[in-house]
Amino acid sequence: MPGFDFTNHTRNAALHARGVPLPKATSTGTTIVGCIFDGGVVIAADTRATSGPIVADKNCEKLHYIAPQIWCAGAGTAADTEFTTALISSQLELHSLSTGRKPRVVTCMTMLKQHLFRYQGHIGAYLVVAGVDPTGVGLFTVHAHGSTDKLPYVTMGSGSLAAMSVFETQWKSKMTEEEAVTLASNAIQAGIFNDLGSGSNVDVAVITKDKTTLKRGYVKPNERSKKQKSYVFKRGTTAVLNEKVITREEISKYVTVHELEGGETALGEKMDLDV
Amino acid sequence: MEFGTSGMLNEDGIHVDMDRLKKGEVNLGTSIMAINFKDGVILGADSRTTTGAYIANRVTDKLTQVHDTIWCCRSGSAADTQAVADIVHYQLGMYATANNRPPTTQTAAAMFQELCYENKDRLSAGLIIAGWDERHGGQVYSIPLGGSLHKQSYAIGGSGSTYIYGYCDSNWREGMDEEAAVKFVKGALREAIKWDGSSGGVIRMVVLTQKGANRHLYLPDTDYAVRHQ
Repeated sequence: MPGFDFTNHTRNAALHARGVPLPKATSTGTTIVGCIFDGGVVIAADTRATSGPIVADKNCEKLHYIAPQIWCAGAGTAADTEFTTALISSQLELHSLSTGRKPRVVTCMTMLKQHLFRYQGHIGAYLVVAGVDPTGVGLFTVHAHGSTDKLPYVTMGSGSLAAMSVFETQWKSKMTEEEAVTLASNAIQAGIFNDLGSGSNVDVAVITKDKTTLKRGYVKPNERSKKQKSYVFKRGTTAVLNEKVITREEISKYVTVHELEGGETALGEKMDLDV
Repeated sequence: MEFGTSGMLNEDGIHVDMDRLKKGEVNLGTSIMAINFKDGVILGADSRTTTGAYIANRVTDKLTQVHDTIWCCRSGSAADTQAVADIVHYQLGMYATANNRPPTTQTAAAMFQELCYENKDRLSAGLIIAGWDERHGGQVYSIPLGGSLHKQSYAIGGSGSTYIYGYCDSNWREGMDEEAAVKFVKGALREAIKWDGSSGGVIRMVVLTQKGANRHLYLPDTDYAVRHQ
């Protein structure tokens, strides 16, 4: 059953009283946008996830699958956007199976708003819902408290102001798919470059009557360049002051030693090195 | 737009600052009104929704249909008023099919009042209900914050309404024709938008008569003079 579990409340209160701090939620200080074009809809997002001042993930996915022709971009608390979209996706698939019809964007939006309204804003999911269904193209925003808006172009998250400035100056009605993808991508880049909470790459999803295309890493304006200098210490940098050889017989007194077959090599975890 | 994750803790449990949690709430700092005229009613509203200082939507539709010729104007929390309007929309649909006749405006207003009064400590919703029905013709009801219900000849609401009490009081005439009524609503909302910072954008109107619902749209770039759509 979905819902909150309060059985740990007393324990948490006791722990916190003894100085254990409240856990910090990973927040996607985000830029997400959506834009309708002639024959479909495009949504886009940046890929930075933050936890306070720390970048928790440099390449996270903020475009969530709901149904084959309905996708959702999420801002706010990362876990809440993830689980809310997954929950509605599941319910919508069962609904679609039981009615024998393709799921509609308004249905999805209504289920999301009723779920979020029930939790009075405690579920911190701010969503852009987009898709194409038998009734046509749909694009909505859903706020954590359960309010919704229907617009031809939308932005959300901490970078929404930067992104909206791009839409308000460049948007026109009846755009082609290419024009809409470029505009949405430019709006996200405005968030990436001008908002501290947003960064890294641009993800884009294009939904038309016939198909959905997810373009992961559509633009990568923040690729890590090769370091100009190597910081690996050369052999012999540290002086050898003394040397002691431990023989196999000697060490097998303390640990078990296995002989390896000819040609066989021991498998260990490889360690990444910053070069 | 995100919540704070901070909370205070005392011996008696975790205390979360409610004002902080409500920070992201979307508000309809609004100018809304509905009036009676010769042939029915007219509802009017601005189109601004805000989250703090940011305009989240500049072309909002605050005039919501709950039945064929019963509509409402929403002010206060966007989430709360949408939820209430959605419930009443559903209930009126059920009422109409069960009784095989359309509901009266009074019935709709009573349904709204039930929800607003029973949940008064959880809701911030200021509503104006207006409709046309075969039995009573045009009617206007207002439900302010506490959940009381008032039948009025005209009603104004939202943060912008405080600026137009004088305008409405001196310009109101009983039984205006449609042209004069539209002019009255537009004139009042223009003043509300001019003086109230939380109101703005376009002026939307819905005219409800025996002939059904008729939408009006007036844009600020033509000084609200030309009717679009």
